[in-house]
Order: sequence, then structure tokens, then C-alpha cells
Amino acid sequence: MAQTGRPLSPHIQVYKWQVQMVTSILHRATGIILAVGSLLLVWGLAALAADPEAFATFTDCAGSPLGMIVLVGWTLAFFYHLANGIRHLVQDTGKGYAIQSFVRSSWASIIVAIVLTVAVWAYVLAGGHA
Amino acid sequence: MSKDLRNPLARARGLGSAKEGVSHWMLQRITALALVFLTVWFVATILRLTHADYATARATLAQPWNAVLLIALIVTMFRHAVLGMQVVIEDYVHTRWLEVASLVLIKFIAVLAALAGVLAVLRIALGS
Repeated sequence: MAQTGRPLSPHIQVYKWQVQMVTSILHRATGIILAVGSLLLVWGLAALAADPEAFATFTDCAGSPLGMIVLVGWTLAFFYHLANGIRHLVQDTGKGYAIQSFVRSSWASIIVAIVLTVAVWAYVLAGGHA
Repeated sequence: MSKDLRNPLARARGLGSAKEGVSHWMLQRITALALVFLTVWFVATILRLTHADYATARATLAQPWNAVLLIALIVTMFRHAVLGMQVVIEDYVHTRWLEVASLVLIKFIAVLAALAGVLAVLRIALGS
């Protein structure tokens, strides 16, 4: 940072923890995760287009312990970015800025993401039969 | 005296100092709205393919509507990803050459990945 000698605004550690801080930075973090994940999606499609052996390599990687961790993380990142993204689209219309509803919708994004992730993985681990 | 320091033409064009007005902001929202539907459709489609074999997975994605939606998803997703990554890089990378290099790099990667993805879907759909 440039040494301008100007007074600085108080840094992160002086603020009381609030859920809005978390939802804001998580939206960016999950966005980056999803951008990287989109490259893996292309890998899967390219493998499916190539031949059964290439696709088997892809599904083996996806089904490995590390692959499962990545997939669960991707699912959580996806549902969070989706829920919080919809929240932002609603806020873009000028709604939901009162402190109470802002906090409540922040928690809603987090909770919806966790619930949908658990639901999807319960479905997958049950063998794809709801 | 006018309260607005911009000249009337600049005001009418509404393009501001970045010369593109609100187009970045607007495109980010429009792609976001499209992705709400496309990604939910995609996850539902993939979930129905859980534990499916190669032939079933390929035949499903080869269906015209699935192929069309998949291509729409790929293009929209990478466009949205570049818009988002661009803002993150602009905010956090303070070394100018590194910032510019990163901005160009993510665009190159996104275009190549999107083309590769679209080609893969076409190969699946057209059976080649």
C-alpha cells in the first residue's frame, strides 16, 4: 500500500462480527470456486465426447475420496452462490435493505445452501432414488 | 450554472469514465438471471444421471433440447465467470502489470474452455 501518511479507516479487527460480512465475501469466494469448477465441467463433457475410457477416468476421479470432497464443496459453493445471487438480484430492485431483513436474508442464503447441499447428497448417496 | 459538470452529450450517452456505462453491471445481472434457470436445470439433469453408464449419459445429453441448454449454459457461465473474476482482480490485484496480465489471462482461459465445452457438446449431439 502507498505510504501517503493519510489517516486510515479502522481495519477488519475492530468491527463486531456480523453475518453480512460473511455473506459478502463468501459470494466472491464461491464465485471463484465455481469459475474453477466450470473448467472441470468442461473436462467431463470432453471426456464424454471422447470415448468410454476417457469418461471412466473422469468418473473414477470424481468418485475418488478427493473427488467426492471437491464435488461436495462444489455443491455447497453452487447452492450458496445461487441463493445469495438471487438475494442480490432482489436487492437490486431496491428491496430488502432494512437492517433486519438484510440480516435475515443473509442467514437465509447460508441455511438454504446447506439444506440443499445435504438434500442433494442424501439423494446421491441413497443411490439416486428419492 | 448547471449542477452537473458533465457536458450534455456525455450525459445523454450515459457512458461515464469507463466508456461503457452500466453494461458490465447489467450483463452480470442478465447472465445471473439466465444462470438461475440454466444451472438448476443442469443440476437436475446430472442428478437424474447419477450412476448412469456411459451410453445413457451420452444419449441423454445428445437430445436436442439438452444439447441446446448445455451450450447456453457453457457460454453464459463463462461470460458470467469472466465478469465476476474481472471485478475481483480489479479490486485485489494492485500491481498494474499483474492486474492487466490476469485480466487478459482469465479471458483467454474462459474463451478456450467455452469453445472446448461447446465442441464437446456438439460431438455428443452429432455423434462424432
